[in-house]
Amino acid sequence: MKHLMSPLDLSVEELEKLLDLANDIEKNPKKYAHTCDDKRLATLFYEPSTRTRLSFEAAMMNLGGKVLGFSSADSSSASKGESVADTIRVTSCYADICAMRHPKEGAPLVASMASSIPVINAGDGGHQHPTQTLTDLLTIRSLKGRLDNITIGLCGDLKFGRTVHSLIEALVRYDNVKFVLISPEELRIPSYIREDVLKRNNMEFEEVERLEDAMPKLDILYMTRVQKERFFNEEDYVRMKDFYILDKAKMDLAKEDMFVLHPLPRVNEISVEVDSDPRAAYFKQAQYGVYVRMALILTLLEVELPC
Amino acid sequence: MLNVGALKEGYVLDHIKAGKAMTIYHDLKLDKLDCTVAIIKNARSNKMGKKDIIKVECPIENLDLDILGFIDHNITVNIIKDSQIVAKKELKLPKQVVNVIKCKNPRCITSIEQELDHIFVLSDEEKEIYRCKYCEEKYRGKRNK
Repeated sequence: MKHLMSPLDLSVEELEKLLDLANDIEKNPKKYAHTCDDKRLATLFYEPSTRTRLSFEAAMMNLGGKVLGFSSADSSSASKGESVADTIRVTSCYADICAMRHPKEGAPLVASMASSIPVINAGDGGHQHPTQTLTDLLTIRSLKGRLDNITIGLCGDLKFGRTVHSLIEALVRYDNVKFVLISPEELRIPSYIREDVLKRNNMEFEEVERLEDAMPKLDILYMTRVQKERFFNEEDYVRMKDFYILDKAKMDLAKEDMFVLHPLPRVNEISVEVDSDPRAAYFKQAQYGVYVRMALILTLLEVELPC
Repeated sequence: MLNVGALKEGYVLDHIKAGKAMTIYHDLKLDKLDCTVAIIKNARSNKMGKKDIIKVECPIENLDLDILGFIDHNITVNIIKDSQIVAKKELKLPKQVVNVIKCKNPRCITSIEQELDHIFVLSDEEKEIYRCKYCEEKYRGKRNK
């Protein structure tokens, strides 16, 4: 039985297969509408989440399955002191697969070690959020037709942004991917990503501060939000939050076939005037998030796929 | 060299960094043993200048080589039978250690679930880096304390 804790749990071949399945689901949704008719997904969310939980639930419903679960620790037995291992043992009796979000890092791994059903890490603190990375990879591959030979700009909070770290780790497995890391000095990529991931894999990368300078060379621009909760004082946050604002003027500097991605929610780092630009792909990305989760559920449940 | 009586059967931990014998004594829980344990501090050594040695008069099976390898894989382990060295065990960095060190990451699940084993996995053999199995935080403490 397989679980998904990190995007790197999947080999490049397994990932290709998963993304192919997601693309087939996108093209032929009806074909998959009853593939999980007798299956149940448990969403064990120990902290609030909008997109991730809803996209998991939508994914299971699109497959004909049912959903049960809780959406905060207060409404679960965790508030009575039940361990993660005990919760998953009980959940295993009620559901066929589980998606778990937990504020503590490694909680889904603990669950997977005690579980008799597949466990999907739906985000564990600042550690991993593999289904976001799968969503990003599916979006890039669907829009550009490839994951190799691309120049990707990652912009904003590169220090604390786990989605950025996971995406880099996933993309270094492909040929000729160039990274342009766009951030203020204070929010640069952590040294372990620079040294252990980028340099060790001989990846071409540059670190710049001005988004305008990077725009013309990018095939993909991945914007991120500066997260308030990461700062110890309000002053630093206020100074950083408006550092990058992607607007129409900056979009004019980009290639015609460049696409803008964002894990959402956005605050003000992408001006709403950009939403109508055909290169703005962040809402399409949210839709791809459902397809990739559908493909993941089918894969982990080892459901026999329709011809 | 000072002679603390020959062992009949047991093992000798040689080439311990000078001053570290007591730490290793506690980490290996040798204080829990009933058999004879001798600690020699600051013995002369051609290789190290000064070194510590621990002699233990009980079967090697009771020794956790993983813990010893984690603490210092340069220590030599001599196995003694009938007062003779019959074998030398080579220590390696263990692939993982369980409940030897604790994860200090306050965001790790082990910080709230006390009954979980603290497991560290060797993630980079060359750089001798261990990471928490759950949160993957790098162990920043000194192994050879």
